[in-house]
Amino acid sequence: MKYIDEYRDGGLARLISATIAREAQAGRQYKFMEFCGGHTHALSRYGIEDLLPPQVEMVHGPGCPVCVLPVGRIDDAIRLAMRPEVTLCTYADLMRVPASGGANLLKARAAGADIRMIYSSMDAVLIAEAEPARQVVFLAIGFETTTPATALAIRLAHQKQLANFSVFCNHVLTPPAIRAILDVDHLPAGERVLVDGFVGPAHVSTVIGTSPYAALAAAFGKPVVVAGFEPLDVMQAILMLIRQVNEGRTEVENQYIRAVTPEGNLIAQREMAEIFELRDSFEWRGLGALPASALRLRNTYATFDAERRFTIVPVPAADNPACECGDVLRGLKKPAACKLFGTVCSPQTPMGSCMVSPEGACAAHWTYGRFRDRAGAGAPRQAA
Amino acid sequence: MSPPRLRTRKLDIRGGRVDLSHGAGGRASAQLIDEIFRAAFDNPFLDQGNDQAAFDVPAGRMVMSTDAYVIWPLFFPGGDIGSLAVHGTINDLAMAGAKPLHLAASYILEEGFPLADLQRIALSMARAASEAGVAIVTGDTKVVERGKADGVFITTTGIGMVPAGIDLSADRARPGDRVILSGSLGDHGVAVMSKRSHLGFETEILSDSAALGGLVADMVVACGPSIRLLRDPTRGGLAATLNEIAQASQCGFLIDEARIPVRPEVAAACELLGLDPLYVANEGKLVAVVAPDATDGLLAAMRAHKLGRAACVIGEVTADDRYFVVMTTAFGGGRIVDWLAGEQLPRIC
Amino acid sequence: MCLAIPIRVDALLPDQMARVTLGGVSKHISIALVEDVRVGDYVLLHVGYALTRLDPGEAERTLILMREAAVPGLPEIQGAAA
Repeated sequence: MKYIDEYRDGGLARLISATIAREAQAGRQYKFMEFCGGHTHALSRYGIEDLLPPQVEMVHGPGCPVCVLPVGRIDDAIRLAMRPEVTLCTYADLMRVPASGGANLLKARAAGADIRMIYSSMDAVLIAEAEPARQVVFLAIGFETTTPATALAIRLAHQKQLANFSVFCNHVLTPPAIRAILDVDHLPAGERVLVDGFVGPAHVSTVIGTSPYAALAAAFGKPVVVAGFEPLDVMQAILMLIRQVNEGRTEVENQYIRAVTPEGNLIAQREMAEIFELRDSFEWRGLGALPASALRLRNTYATFDAERRFTIVPVPAADNPACECGDVLRGLKKPAACKLFGTVCSPQTPMGSCMVSPEGACAAHWTYGRFRDRAGAGAPRQAA
Repeated sequence: MSPPRLRTRKLDIRGGRVDLSHGAGGRASAQLIDEIFRAAFDNPFLDQGNDQAAFDVPAGRMVMSTDAYVIWPLFFPGGDIGSLAVHGTINDLAMAGAKPLHLAASYILEEGFPLADLQRIALSMARAASEAGVAIVTGDTKVVERGKADGVFITTTGIGMVPAGIDLSADRARPGDRVILSGSLGDHGVAVMSKRSHLGFETEILSDSAALGGLVADMVVACGPSIRLLRDPTRGGLAATLNEIAQASQCGFLIDEARIPVRPEVAAACELLGLDPLYVANEGKLVAVVAPDATDGLLAAMRAHKLGRAACVIGEVTADDRYFVVMTTAFGGGRIVDWLAGEQLPRIC
Repeated sequence: MCLAIPIRVDALLPDQMARVTLGGVSKHISIALVEDVRVGDYVLLHVGYALTRLDPGEAERTLILMREAAVPGLPEIQGAAA
């Protein structure tokens, strides 16, 4: 597959690995956060950790929109779906995210809710058009990569003058989340994640460009390298970060030049600006309430806003008290350090969203990487 | 003067549908069985018209297996629910090293199911069984109301005989044994996914659905006593199979991703769907765990058979008290291949 | 941060749609977010929409940079082509 296979070349990987090992200075620690869940997944799925020297540590960040969705929003979605007139359309990733009381969308479906897994936001609009008697609600999640798809779906519904389509909007923004990770001075020492640099998201950046990271790099003095998703992209980005740190630079660099430009996708940005506006504040699992970090539909499109159509009153819902997703999302804890990891919490019985989403740090570690943990941690059931 | 002979019209296979009378056990049932199933399967057992089949069995170890088939869509590139139902049960018998002897088939039909489709399925089953050298010797038909079944559900049960000296079992793998895969992964699952309308893509990937009895017979003749076990990686894919063996044999595995064959179109479809080919169902492949010194002999025997041409060693059994299936990725780093968590849902984000 | 696949545009369709193919597998997707898409272009596909066009020149430059990073002793590359 063109533009895919070349960037998975094992031979080139070994050689770049040697270069990284040479250039990472002995006695110096490099701690880089990969913001984006897709990168977390790539690191685990390709075992890239095996190709990095011990002084380079990757910390997993909160860039997984399933993982940062608070329990209360899933509860709201389930409540919506249980209404007999509602057809809830959702991306498949959300089906097993734990809500309050052990509920999830998959169980709600088994209990009779009309919940349909779709691949594209456009599918939800087409369902609404084909089934005018149903109130079709699209459960929209995602960072800036996915938001334009929702914007276009709303436009399409508007053009078709559909009276039975609405969106439950949970779109969130990347720069405020990066800022929340970096802005640690006000936190107690034990809660600060100190990273030396960021691997910036691949496809968010195709939409927003690289320019939004410049203010963050400057304000907090940390380098950012925007990287593609393939494993060689990630390795090259790590090399570029090591070089920046060694040379005391704090720039925004673009490794993913084949898909990312400084200004990003202007059409996509225009579409998003037309349909959405900033919420004052939005609750993020693990990061708390962040100002100006999420989107809602503009008044012009209020008729397509499920929160207004169905008067959704947010009911605050606490995470499972033993769940440490928050610390994992902020990079404070590694998955294996969570008490629930591999004991109570596994992909079969997820306690929190980090374990459900394939790009959650815990799911990635469990699925691909836990064999490196000390023996006993997360081990399969011993034979009697 | 003789009583008038009742003239029954033949079933309208072209335009007719299953209705509740076909399941009632009366004339309509008998006609359905006669004109669709008996006509397709065409063997002396069914001709006797009994509710059971009676036959002598050779001395030795018998194995029995049963499986239900609820696949949707019913017809997919490279097969259908019928051929799948025949291949699947034959393969379960073959995984014990057995030569399949006879099959039974029972059907749950939905009211309204087109007779043309039912005949197509029956003929497909007849062909699959005949190619594998077995007969469908007995069966059953039930009809449920519209909406209570998805067209048709099929259950097949099979029996077979295990040759003397052959003892294949999931708990027999030992560190150092080699793992052989008979061919490419993921063909069946992707072929089926391609037909599910809500995923909306076209592909020419054919299901690999096939009866492995002949391949296994050749393998057993070549190296029978050295084979520890055979397994076919169906639902849950190769990952499920290796993890099951690891648990049963209390061992680990070390496999090499670069040696695992995946056809380019299957790899592409998996990319698009966010699937890992290691978890996708196969219906015409097998995994063999074999003593190291018999590896070359077994490979040669497999490659001489049309269903084993692409057979290759993909790894070995290790001593691992955590029973991990560890894989060296083609990229170079390591990962485990864990059990599938839940249903493999497509990733988007 | 989301799964997006590079894929080739095979045919342009009405209503800002296109048929794309990856390794023999075809799909219909929206190209409403990318201007001037032509047959033969590669685009990044995400949840049914093309997000951007892939730049073949930059793709090749990336591979060159990677190969240079892989060879010991070559001078460092600061993002510009060698």
